[in-house]
Amino acid sequence: MTTAHSRRRFLRSSAALAAAAAFPLPALAQKAPRVLVIGGGFGGASVARELRSIDPKIHVTLIESNATFTACPFSNAVIGGLRDLKAQQFGYDKLRAAGVNVVIDTATAVNATSRTVRLGGITLPYDRLVLAPGIDIRWGALPGYDEAAAAKMPHAWRAGDQTTLLRDQLVAMDDGGVVVMSVPANPFRCPPGPYERASLIAHYLKTSKPKSKLIVLDAKDQFSKQRLFQNAWKELYPDHLEWVSLSAGGKVTSVDPATNTLATDFGKQAAQVANVIPPQKAGRIAEIAGVANQTGWCPIDPVTFESVLVPGIHVVGDATIAGAMPKSAFSANAQAKVCAAAVAKLLTGAKPQEPRLINTCYSLVAPDYGISVAGVYAPAKDMLAEVKGSGGVSPLDATADVRAAEAVYAEAWYRTITTEVFG
Amino acid sequence: MARALINVPAKARKGDVIEIKTLISHVMESGFRRTQTGEAIPRDIVTLFTCSYNGEEIFAAQLYPAISANPFVTFHTVATESGTFEFKWTGDNGFAATETAKIVVE
Repeated sequence: MTTAHSRRRFLRSSAALAAAAAFPLPALAQKAPRVLVIGGGFGGASVARELRSIDPKIHVTLIESNATFTACPFSNAVIGGLRDLKAQQFGYDKLRAAGVNVVIDTATAVNATSRTVRLGGITLPYDRLVLAPGIDIRWGALPGYDEAAAAKMPHAWRAGDQTTLLRDQLVAMDDGGVVVMSVPANPFRCPPGPYERASLIAHYLKTSKPKSKLIVLDAKDQFSKQRLFQNAWKELYPDHLEWVSLSAGGKVTSVDPATNTLATDFGKQAAQVANVIPPQKAGRIAEIAGVANQTGWCPIDPVTFESVLVPGIHVVGDATIAGAMPKSAFSANAQAKVCAAAVAKLLTGAKPQEPRLINTCYSLVAPDYGISVAGVYAPAKDMLAEVKGSGGVSPLDATADVRAAEAVYAEAWYRTITTEVFG
Repeated sequence: MARALINVPAKARKGDVIEIKTLISHVMESGFRRTQTGEAIPRDIVTLFTCSYNGEEIFAAQLYPAISANPFVTFHTVATESGTFEFKWTGDNGFAATETAKIVVE
């Protein structure tokens, strides 16, 4: 497919679409408008930077709890021992250089009536607020899995210490050990993520601990890029990876950290290393601001990414209910550009344009074996729907050269997006 | 034969209420769908599920096209005596599957 071979065009064209939506530049009111962005991941950092490049007169403040951001894409390669965690980490110096006021602190309250955000001892006013809080773990949704359990059975679904913990456990495990991964039902961050991780753990076991095995217990029968993954597993990891689907009794119903055991409706599975990917919800501040609904995620207007629950607050990235768009770094970045263009328009009372958004997700099945899925999305009936006939997945019958090329594109994609957002 | 999963406690005390879980692999084709060329896809579902406890039927369920693939049925019964549970699924196109599970009642 051609889409996988033109990743640069994706970034450039989605940037162009967002930029086109922002022109002509509206005349601003005398007072500089203030935009607050909470959350400095792919979505929030992109919104902040994009707003400054659309109009340097907009006063942009980015609030983020951590001085260093640890990226999730490619963190599965850290778990698989192919990459250092440092390659996942970025600071905010380039955002500061772009004129973004970066505040390392934690927002504790949002008042949508007075349009203020509280953090530490101070209160910051805003004209428009953008939340990019990513995900939080839904503690307690899986019986037995709380914060204490995560210290023993890591989720590693928010990159950082948890990534290192899971990696260290795999390294410390004896050859012959059983690794068990639990995958939740939809929706969750990074739909192909668990299967990329399973692949790279299996790769590590095959090359370093060949008597060991990974069992993936899944609450689903279908998943992203399924046939591509399953074909690759049959070819590369027939003895090291076993996937147990929902209909084969794979749904994990509880975990016991004391015995490192995962229970399903039909049995129990003890693990030397347990990686529990738990049910998730929008990041903490979404609930505080009142923009998350009963699902735990945030419904948004697909043109402006403004919350349908609280006016004046926009939400981008994994926290949103974005219809057909997956929860990915690329989606967050694309949504951020559309949201920034819309916010710039709304600040002057102009009407935002209907966007087109693009997403691509690469997954590594082995160091030299990449696969991808791509799609184009547009607003339809208050949701984001996939444009018919757009995108697609890597071919099922590709040669080793194509797979190796996609692994290179994956790496190049990561460099491109992290440079655009943080570099 | 279709794959069936059963979860019956291996042991129970006399008089205990026990939970039994079953899952049968089946497409449960509703009969309402059409192929891309417009032909109707014939119905192919499990129509009846029964469970017997030492030969006596203790649970039965009729299944219909609205039930999704791989029907998962959970129910409760009282552990009265040691013995065998027999599970049976029957359906369209002569579908038939049987599983058994033993229990020790103390």
